[in-house]
Amino acid sequence: MTNSADHASLEAQIAQWREYVRRRRAFNGPDVEELEDHLRDQVAALTENGLVDDEAFLVAVRRMGNLDALSREFAREHSERLWKQLVMMPDVGDKTAQATRTESLVVLGLAVAAALAVRIPALFGLQLHGGDEPFFVRNASLFVLPLLAGFFAWKRGVEVASYVWLALPFAVAAVFANVFPFSPASDTQVLTALHLPIALWLVVGIAYAGGRWFAGGRRMDFVRFSGELLIYYVLIALGGGVLTAITLMTFASIEVDAAWLAEDWLIPCGAAGAVIVGSWLVEAKQTVIENMAPVLTRLFTPLFTVVLLAFLATMAWTGSPINVEREVLIGFDLLLALVIGLVLYAQSARDPEAPPGLFDVLQLLLVASALAVDAIALAAITARISEFGFTPNRVAALGENLVLLVNLAGSAWLCARFLQNRSSFAALERWQVAYLPVYSVWAAFVVIVFPPLFGYR
Amino acid sequence: MDLGKDLVAASATPLVLAILAEGDSYGYAIIKRVAELSGGHLQWTDGMLYPVLHRLERQGYVTAKWGMSENRRRRKYYHISKLGRAQLEIQRQQWQVVDKTLRSMWMKAQTA
Repeated sequence: MTNSADHASLEAQIAQWREYVRRRRAFNGPDVEELEDHLRDQVAALTENGLVDDEAFLVAVRRMGNLDALSREFAREHSERLWKQLVMMPDVGDKTAQATRTESLVVLGLAVAAALAVRIPALFGLQLHGGDEPFFVRNASLFVLPLLAGFFAWKRGVEVASYVWLALPFAVAAVFANVFPFSPASDTQVLTALHLPIALWLVVGIAYAGGRWFAGGRRMDFVRFSGELLIYYVLIALGGGVLTAITLMTFASIEVDAAWLAEDWLIPCGAAGAVIVGSWLVEAKQTVIENMAPVLTRLFTPLFTVVLLAFLATMAWTGSPINVEREVLIGFDLLLALVIGLVLYAQSARDPEAPPGLFDVLQLLLVASALAVDAIALAAITARISEFGFTPNRVAALGENLVLLVNLAGSAWLCARFLQNRSSFAALERWQVAYLPVYSVWAAFVVIVFPPLFGYR
Repeated sequence: MDLGKDLVAASATPLVLAILAEGDSYGYAIIKRVAELSGGHLQWTDGMLYPVLHRLERQGYVTAKWGMSENRRRRKYYHISKLGRAQLEIQRQQWQVVDKTLRSMWMKAQTA
């Protein structure tokens, strides 16, 4: 009764059904296998009673019951499966298993390499403690970011020539971080340490985009990646802090001082390796777990808006001017950077097709109030800049403020137009991602030009 | 005659445990046995048996292990545990109480 062609079509139908069931999260591998065994028994019994394969299959599937109802029942029994689990190893027998294993090994190798890179200078007599701290601070990003860029270049399969182009900025950075004769406790040295990672982050971004920074939506993906990495890094750092505390405490209990272990190995090596591991986690989980950065933005956008508006209202009410202290400009830089972050991550998770909504209004309000606050602060500072004189820190902070201000003003303009339906959301997003390299270019400018300009002070 | 959903759900546990008390079995065979015993009146949606089996396994009333079917397919067999037998006994007494009560009611209704 069953010829082989008929049988093959039954197998194809069962395979299709299996895939369909597999896609539901309430069923795991063994469940599907158990249900399939049942289905096959049922089909066999029905064909014995005279049905042809096709009919038997249809009846058997029907008797199995509505898949929605069934998966609800399974979910009730196995509620843990509804929590998305980050499983690094795919099912055994999966074709991608080998690729995943290779990647795990590469990541492990790179993380260890990053951790050891921090220790290499010690071979040349440069100690993390004892006068060589400035060297480590200036070069901090150079221990890790080249490896991270290398990981992405490898993962995206870029051509060999691209590796050279990616390595070039790091080589240039290494030169500029180390050739300048900084005076001890120099401000420009601190500026170099702060700005070099920002400048080099763009190179990581280019590697992330597989060498094609200007092609398509990869830039927004890199923004998403950066936000998630920050969150993962903070989480890993928290764990590392606990590990360090436990290490110190347990060794102290047997009266052995483990401070050198923590300070020379655990903290610096862990901090370096965690960048690689965190990046890998973000890459691996991007399809599995909800992005966290947009969730945080949703939470904090209204709160920051309220605080800024309350600040403006209070200042208008009391009439007290901004007290221009030394740190105040940097404080306002941070405020603007934060607002840009909030805007950027809310955009990264927004459906570009959706019409303007309440949240977009809220965002415009946030941007507008931040601009107002910053304008007041800037006016207060420029009014008294002659009194302060131009120090490297002040010029850098002023430059940053300007860079951020242009970005925010552009966003506010495009956001307002979008709310009036005179421009698309895509235009706003394009502006944001197109502006990103400006930060790195400014940072590179600070690293390269500032030290000689200010006489290595 | 189709039984209501609640009644089917309530009777599932004692039925499955009672069938497994006869000997180890697997999903399809359990369904067939239920249909046979009820003369076709107890119709389960086939798939719904499995969440019940998994619940009984979690509660420790049955244990499961993978074996081979007669045509060399992997198949999950269920076995009633000591705890399961005790539970079956409890359920049996409970259902007997229900049965006895209803029976006396209906006897009265008939004589009245």
